[in-house]
Amino acid sequence: MSNHFYKTAEVQRLSDKSIEVRRSFNASKDLVYKAQTTPALLKRWMLGPPGWQMPVCEMDLKAGGKYRWRWKNIEDQSEFGFFGVFREVHAAEKLVYSQKFDPGTLGGDMGGECVITVTFSEMAGKATMNTRIDYKSKEDLEKAVATGMTDGMEMSYAALDNILGT
Amino acid sequence: MSTEQQLDKIFAALADSTRRGILARLAKGEASVSELAEPFNLTQPAISKHLKILQDANLVSTQIDGQRRPRELKPEPLIQAQTWIEKYREIWEQNYQRLDALLEELKSARLRKKSGRKRRTKKA
Repeated sequence: MSNHFYKTAEVQRLSDKSIEVRRSFNASKDLVYKAQTTPALLKRWMLGPPGWQMPVCEMDLKAGGKYRWRWKNIEDQSEFGFFGVFREVHAAEKLVYSQKFDPGTLGGDMGGECVITVTFSEMAGKATMNTRIDYKSKEDLEKAVATGMTDGMEMSYAALDNILGT
Repeated sequence: MSTEQQLDKIFAALADSTRRGILARLAKGEASVSELAEPFNLTQPAISKHLKILQDANLVSTQIDGQRRPRELKPEPLIQAQTWIEKYREIWEQNYQRLDALLEELKSARLRKKSGRKRRTKKA
């Protein structure tokens, strides 16, 4: 396990079908796990871009238990969600769950089911949450990541340093 | 070629540390195949194989300079790849910044619960 402190989220494409996101927090892994698995807490932070609320957040936190998350846009009232089944639940260590996209009124296609593995580690009282998303195909990965991020961003040539690690 | 196919080629090309090293070298200026082979301790056919993958992804182009055929970095596809990842990263980071604030709130709530009790120093 890496002891690096990820001050901001780091995204790495592990293969054509998998993406991993790493982020560290100034809190214990117990607390980060609690914030990830308690519906009243999760709906306060897992909101994506500005303008979204999470009116539905149900989680039956056990292996084989189902969950359902649904977001609603404050301005145009559009809705979408994710749902799936917990495959593994190890408190403050690891969560494995399947995930399917519910297009709601927003529409769109995020491909087939994916499997998300969240691992929690801790170093000197600071937790790192590692979220790995495995899609069934590279097409599914592309559909998923393309949703909601089609607008371009102006990037400087300095961005090359990040990708090349120079 | 679609944007997705283009990105596939870019990410496949970037998935190898030698090829990232070649790009890092070319970011400093054009270089010949033998100049590129030397620091990586690779044979010319091996470096040519890597260069072909980089050229197929449009990350590297071949210049014609008299007898020389130096290779040059084409930065646009890298910017395209970086933009894609940065946009995705931004969505996660927005969530995590809210989580940072929530964790601080939870930590101070826990401290308040303990108030009245003497604080002991914990040893890791």
